[in-house]
Amino acid sequence: MIVAKQKDLEVIVGMLQGYERILVLGCGTCTAICLTGGDREVGILASSLRLADKVSGKNRLLKEHTVERQCEWEFLDEINDQVKEVDAILSLGCGVGVQAISERFPDIPVLPGLDTLFMGMPQEESVWVERCSGCGNCILDKTAGICPVTRCTKGLLNGPCGGTNNGKCEVDPEKDCAWTLIYQRLEKQGKLELFDEYHPPRNFQAVVRPGRFTIK
Amino acid sequence: MTSENQFEPEIIAFSCHYCAYAAADLAGIMRLQYPTNIKLIKLPCSGTVDILHILNAFEQGADGVFVAGCLRGGCHFVEGNNRAERRIERAKDILDKVGLGKDRLEMFFMSSSEGPRFAEVAREMTDRIRKLGPSPIRGV
Ligand code: SF4
Ligand code: SF4
Repeated sequence: MIVAKQKDLEVIVGMLQGYERILVLGCGTCTAICLTGGDREVGILASSLRLADKVSGKNRLLKEHTVERQCEWEFLDEINDQVKEVDAILSLGCGVGVQAISERFPDIPVLPGLDTLFMGMPQEESVWVERCSGCGNCILDKTAGICPVTRCTKGLLNGPCGGTNNGKCEVDPEKDCAWTLIYQRLEKQGKLELFDEYHPPRNFQAVVRPGRFTIK
Repeated sequence: MTSENQFEPEIIAFSCHYCAYAAADLAGIMRLQYPTNIKLIKLPCSGTVDILHILNAFEQGADGVFVAGCLRGGCHFVEGNNRAERRIERAKDILDKVGLGKDRLEMFFMSSSEGPRFAEVAREMTDRIRKLGPSPIRGV
């Protein structure tokens, strides 16, 4: 899933200056799950904006809606009519969502209410962690299902480096050393021979930016 | 406003069925006096209160809101009052940022046997909101 955090209310208020009719649009998939962009957050943000408006004597139109997914045009059809009534859309989807809406409705400004952070998963209550960088050349089969590209602070393909310290990383002692984790899990799986394999330098051409994928 | 022109705040009290709501009931049975401007809303647990309920109350002109849950460690649903407390923290932050001020919202903890405590909380909140004055949103 895509993990994103909400921008500060002050920043959002600043972004919306000059717009009189705003659609606060949520996304019911990733950002709903990371509790920053679903139905509930749309309600809280729209209500906060209305309160801020009332305190400062403004009376703008703040519409609320949440689609199943912002990153697929099919799901955006249901807002066709609402879009005609507003002069800006504030998206609580990830950066892909913002761009998908903007491509679908190019005449209207689409503003990001979130800062998109990474691809990851929930680890415990209120904590999400990064797991994949979308490098286009997955080596998880060799690394016991632990991604060194993402989870090794230095992105080393042949670790650990000399800085590994009792399972922690020298760059940030709060973080686990990915290569220690890989070693331990390979050992548990009886596959330590994989640890001796040399990984040639990563092919940075695997995903040429901007990425494009066509299914054959 | 009363005849003496004293500002009578509208205060919404989201109260847990297992403690504060019963305490309010007890305050009545004990014939304890507390301000009449408190509007009670019964919740099955303080943990069911959502930030949205609180913001909606302010949008509709409430001058103050409080949430009252069980004593720490005494929640009927184990964690509900702690969850409510965390939401109140976030709601207070929002109230500050939108210009209403965090002091218009508070969380209290009490048991069902504390009728006098409920009356005291009601007086405390009423005094506090009187000092803050009417919500700038009233009548907008
Ligand atoms: S190696 Fe890591 S970054 Fe690359 S695709 Fe696999 S999980 Fe993602
Ligand atoms: S200590 Fe471990 S995680 Fe940190 S940079 Fe070195 S190999 Fe990577």
